[in-house]
Amino acid sequence: MYRILKKEVLSDVTKLMEVQAPHVARKARAGQFIIVRIDEQGERIPLTIADYNREAGAITIIFQEVGKSTMQLGKMEPGDELSSFAGPLGHPTDIENYGTIVCVGGGVGIAPIYPIARSLKEAGNTVISIIGARNKSLLFWEEKMRAVSDELIVCTDDGSHGRKSLVTEPLKELLEDKDRKVARVWAIGPAIMMKFVSLATKPYDVPTTVSLNTIMIDGTGMCGGCRVLLDSGAQFVCVDGPEFDAHKVDWGSLLSRLQFYRDEERKAVEQWEHKCKLEGAIAEGGK
Amino acid sequence: MAELSQKERMKIKRHDMPNQDQFVRRGNYDEVALGYSLETAREEAERCIQCKEPKCVQGCPVGVLIPQFIKALREGDMIKAVEWMKVKNNLPAICGRVCPQETQCEGNCILRKKGEPVAIGRLERFVGDYELAHRTCPLEKAPLTGKKVAVVGSGPAGITCAVDLGREGHKVTLFESLHGPGGVLVYGIPEFRLPKSVVFGEINYAVECLGIEIKVDHVIGRTFTLDELLNEYDAVFLGTGAGLPSFMRIPGINLNGVMSANEFLTRVNLMKGYLFPEYDTPVKVGKKVAVIGAGNVAMDSVRCSLRLQALQAQKSGENSGEVHMVYRRSRAEVPAREEEFHHAEEEGVIFDFLTNPLEILGDEKGNVRGMRCIRMQLGEPDKSGRRSPIPIEGSEFEMEVDTVIMALGTSPNPLVFVDAEGLERTKYGTAVADNETGRTKKPRVWAGGDVVTGAATVISAMGAGKRAATDISRFLKGEAPW
Repeated sequence: MYRILKKEVLSDVTKLMEVQAPHVARKARAGQFIIVRIDEQGERIPLTIADYNREAGAITIIFQEVGKSTMQLGKMEPGDELSSFAGPLGHPTDIENYGTIVCVGGGVGIAPIYPIARSLKEAGNTVISIIGARNKSLLFWEEKMRAVSDELIVCTDDGSHGRKSLVTEPLKELLEDKDRKVARVWAIGPAIMMKFVSLATKPYDVPTTVSLNTIMIDGTGMCGGCRVLLDSGAQFVCVDGPEFDAHKVDWGSLLSRLQFYRDEERKAVEQWEHKCKLEGAIAEGGK
Repeated sequence: MAELSQKERMKIKRHDMPNQDQFVRRGNYDEVALGYSLETAREEAERCIQCKEPKCVQGCPVGVLIPQFIKALREGDMIKAVEWMKVKNNLPAICGRVCPQETQCEGNCILRKKGEPVAIGRLERFVGDYELAHRTCPLEKAPLTGKKVAVVGSGPAGITCAVDLGREGHKVTLFESLHGPGGVLVYGIPEFRLPKSVVFGEINYAVECLGIEIKVDHVIGRTFTLDELLNEYDAVFLGTGAGLPSFMRIPGINLNGVMSANEFLTRVNLMKGYLFPEYDTPVKVGKKVAVIGAGNVAMDSVRCSLRLQALQAQKSGENSGEVHMVYRRSRAEVPAREEEFHHAEEEGVIFDFLTNPLEILGDEKGNVRGMRCIRMQLGEPDKSGRRSPIPIEGSEFEMEVDTVIMALGTSPNPLVFVDAEGLERTKYGTAVADNETGRTKKPRVWAGGDVVTGAATVISAMGAGKRAATDISRFLKGEAPW
């Protein structure tokens, strides 16, 4: 069992947790992920590592409550224990001094882009970061990102904070700017955002790395559920990734595969909300 | 019972295994084969003619003392029967259920020449189940040696190796990448063929008796590398299996509705997806399922699909659909265990032999809508000794399916080879290890089971785990230096 050490509410639907998992923390690196299972009935949920503390043996995860499992996880509190916590999985990010690089984090993708930006900064890169979300309430870690970036651009879709635009707009301006000489781009966020970042950088031939979060069970190369089509054939996100060359990803197939269990996911959420409502009513009645 | 003559023994007919009704069992995941009663088991045991040079034992990868345990069983001495069994096999309740007896012990049984072999597998299961329920034969531990061994992978090879090393008094830590032990016995083999309670019963008992430590959620190659384990332990055994699924290199494999048998079975068995939404992991099949392949994994996949369809139909009130097994060779070459084929047939699987998919076809939403296939014919025997399938020109046709499950075999997971310098691999991705001792090319590292042989059987993995344990123990005692 793995104890939750700390919990922070970053927005209504975005939560941060620090989990006691020394076996993962001792080697965790930027770009890798873990698999968490809440309880005996739980599914195995892949989450990218947002931060790690080797001395304390702790891993930070950040998740958005999008389905039954993440909603249930969001209700847990420090002191509660998780059934499984495996990792670190996947390849770490290739950290080198590339020159000027851009880190794009969209929504909950801000969490995993943070340790990458920090590592790239430490390696001597000039780091320009772009973070974005639908609205202000979904943004988090602005100051943390600013601290590891030479320049930070904040956008929201509705203009409630920062610039009113999608993350691809300022990205295109940076790519256009000949003086900037952007050597590489990292982008983590919703699949559709990563697709458009990929489309934006392609005409400029700037190498672009995305971190994919696909359907996955074991996370060790066993199920193949996470396979993604590249121009060279199918690869597994869990063992070959999770980072891939964005320009080689078949985005159509990726987006379609993410939809496969949508009906089941919806059903699980309905049942969970119903259960919470009932429990709430019982608690009310008991007062 | 009075002592029977050889002739009388040979007149007794082989006893059928009582099974769950074929129509009822399609709608549940409960065990199909119900097991012999004591009476039936003893009567079946009477059939054994106690050969002086028993061929059955030669057919067994671990050399179970078959005539001895059968004799004790027919004399009604269950404690003795268990003792004889455990000399060579610590997991009889598992082997009795999943071994391909028809090609091993029973295949060699002398009675087979004149009729039907002794039902050795069913008797083994009976003895194993008796021990599970009564625990008359505790696993005894030699005095502690102070040596530490890491066993990587808690499937059949790993468990067997860990138990034998534990009995020798070594301190064993069993590393498992998933959230619970058992490996393929848990994620691969379905409940209706091998109940999880049997697997966990055996593992828990061994852990209790021998003080084996199990570390789940540890992915060797990532959480620790092999070299890191070697710093901590005196010896390492790799029993990491063959978990990497193969996909056909045909167009359409990334469509929605195409999955590996590993994914499908893991969802069903390990994650209990058939109980969704009580369990969180969903699993679903459509109305027309095609499973590609005809090995044991393919049989498990068709039979799990039938049950899922039945459960889905119970909920929706619609008819359940059909499940096809698509195999490029013919009935005669089916590699699965005979009993599984027979059960699948009874349960209503449709067999499309001499058929090979060329392409999986999708609709505009990216879902599977069919398969383009070609008919095959058998030519000359290939390297495996089986007649090789040859496409019949111009015989292409379309098959309407909405789910495709690929059960085409698996290869070893490469993760364990990460940062493991000196651990040699073949071009098939298997670890190079001595067949007798299990020694790899890397000092203090042994390997056995599917990681060495590629996908094979539970019992051959157990045999390899056993042989390696013997050699590891001799190494640790200084009797067999590296």
